Amino acid sequence: MSILFNRAKQIEAQIEQFFDKISDAGLIFSAGINNYIDGDYEQFQTRLKDIKKHEGAADDLRREIRYQLYTKMLIPESRGDVLGLLETSDNVIDTTKIVLAHFDIEKPKIYPFLKDGFRELTKASVESLTNLVRANHAFFKNNDIIRDYIHKVFFFEHEADRIEESLNRTIFQSEEISRLSEKMQLRDFVASIAGLSDDCEDVAERLSVYSIKRSL
Amino acid sequence: MTSPLYLVFLLSSGLFLGWSLGANDAANIFGTAVGTKMVKFNTAAVIASIFVIVGAVAGGSGATETLGKLGSINALPGAFTVALAAAVTISWMCRIKLPVSTSQGIVGAILGWNFYAHMPTDYEALSKILSTWILCPLLSALFAVALYFLAKFVMNSLPISIIRLDSYTRAGLIIVGAFGAYSLGANNIANVMGVFVPISPFGGSMLFGMSLSSAQLLFLLGGIAIAVGIITFSKGVMETVGTDLFNLSPMAALIAVLSHSLVLFIFASEALKTWLTSLGLPSFPLVPVSSSQAVVGAVLGIGIARGGRNIKLGVLGKIALGWIATPIVAGVTSYILLFLMQNIFMFEVFRAT
Repeated sequence: MSILFNRAKQIEAQIEQFFDKISDAGLIFSAGINNYIDGDYEQFQTRLKDIKKHEGAADDLRREIRYQLYTKMLIPESRGDVLGLLETSDNVIDTTKIVLAHFDIEKPKIYPFLKDGFRELTKASVESLTNLVRANHAFFKNNDIIRDYIHKVFFFEHEADRIEESLNRTIFQSEEISRLSEKMQLRDFVASIAGLSDDCEDVAERLSVYSIKRSL
Repeated sequence: MTSPLYLVFLLSSGLFLGWSLGANDAANIFGTAVGTKMVKFNTAAVIASIFVIVGAVAGGSGATETLGKLGSINALPGAFTVALAAAVTISWMCRIKLPVSTSQGIVGAILGWNFYAHMPTDYEALSKILSTWILCPLLSALFAVALYFLAKFVMNSLPISIIRLDSYTRAGLIIVGAFGAYSLGANNIANVMGVFVPISPFGGSMLFGMSLSSAQLLFLLGGIAIAVGIITFSKGVMETVGTDLFNLSPMAALIAVLSHSLVLFIFASEALKTWLTSLGLPSFPLVPVSSSQAVVGAVLGIGIARGGRNIKLGVLGKIALGWIATPIVAGVTSYILLFLMQNIFMFEVFRAT
């Protein structure tokens, strides 16, 4: 019986680590975007490296958890849900890495009048991610408070959508940005940062269903 | 001196009842656990087999005594025929997909013997038995409601992680399953071997350093028959029950099995009865009750506790139909088989007193 409990503790710790990686990735993502906007490219490169490391570690953890859940026959009833949750949560960390990598590759010019908008959008998306991580923890530990966090994920996703629309209007109405291609490029970057909150929303949608299934 | 082969033949109907009880009713205890893969079938089968035998031998006498009061069958071929009538009724009713319980089958078959042998029926014992048929699912539902809210309170008060809860539930399903198997053996052995007890062909004997009465030897045999039923035939039933019929979460299954086991236990435990009586509290009659109806009651109880979602009230109608149809069919079958045994096969199915 003690083997069973030890194994449970071990997987629990791995799941905690996995979500910690996502949480850290959110913070690094936010710092990385701000570094880029501030023109601190050296720091930005460090953030990009960090986020790649976290993404790789999260992948390893996810694979290990999946292996353990299947081979040790743990949580057979909700195993599919848990793995689905880990897979979709992994998309969130992937998005943070991809967005920073695109900034590094394409090096879009962030005009001064767009900087606040980009920062606000990043903040809303990262808030959405932070609350998603809290909701995930709640799903595994305390099902009762999960609704509050899911609600916050949805709130910040809507907030991100609002800022995205506003930023796009500013971009396309600007005379300072003369080329349409540059406007379209900036629009894509706005969409990719807002996309992070969309990914969080997808996971939160799943979570809300899983939490109902999990209730006694 | 009766030959061993003849003895085996006469006990075979009871042993068959035991086998079918093991094949079907073990699923009420471990069905969801095995069906949802929380517990391996082999683990479930070994635990259920051991504890069903222990329950039968150690706690089977209380319910058997009440059944004996209903009709004390005084000839071995008569007991054989009564058990056979119950077995035939159960097989036939299962075949035409009517709800059926071994407890109700055997009561009907004993009443058939009473009528055939012109023996008086103890109506006090009969009313006690009939009341428990209604009380059993009702009490099981009440236990389930209480346990559901208790479990919910504990889960809300303590932030138990989903993974750790899984381990606790697994451990709980095994422990409660063992208790359920013990209660099933103690309560339902009366259905399997009860009719043979008054005319037991065995004397008392020592086995593995334990002194066993003649009734306990019969219970041991019956317990082994139930265990064989569990090992040989319950896997398919468990998988069906676990995934198709009672689609419960493992935690809800734990509550259902515990409620079921408590009900079977209180209708079988002489120690509990003595304790309650010593406290001046009303005690429960010791009567074999239907394991399946106890589980159905528990599942309904969980449904009620959840706010009435997914409750199939048709199930209650089916249970009530079983209360009436099973004993009538078993009684008539018993009467006909006793007639055939006496007049065609020339067996002495009762001794005139």
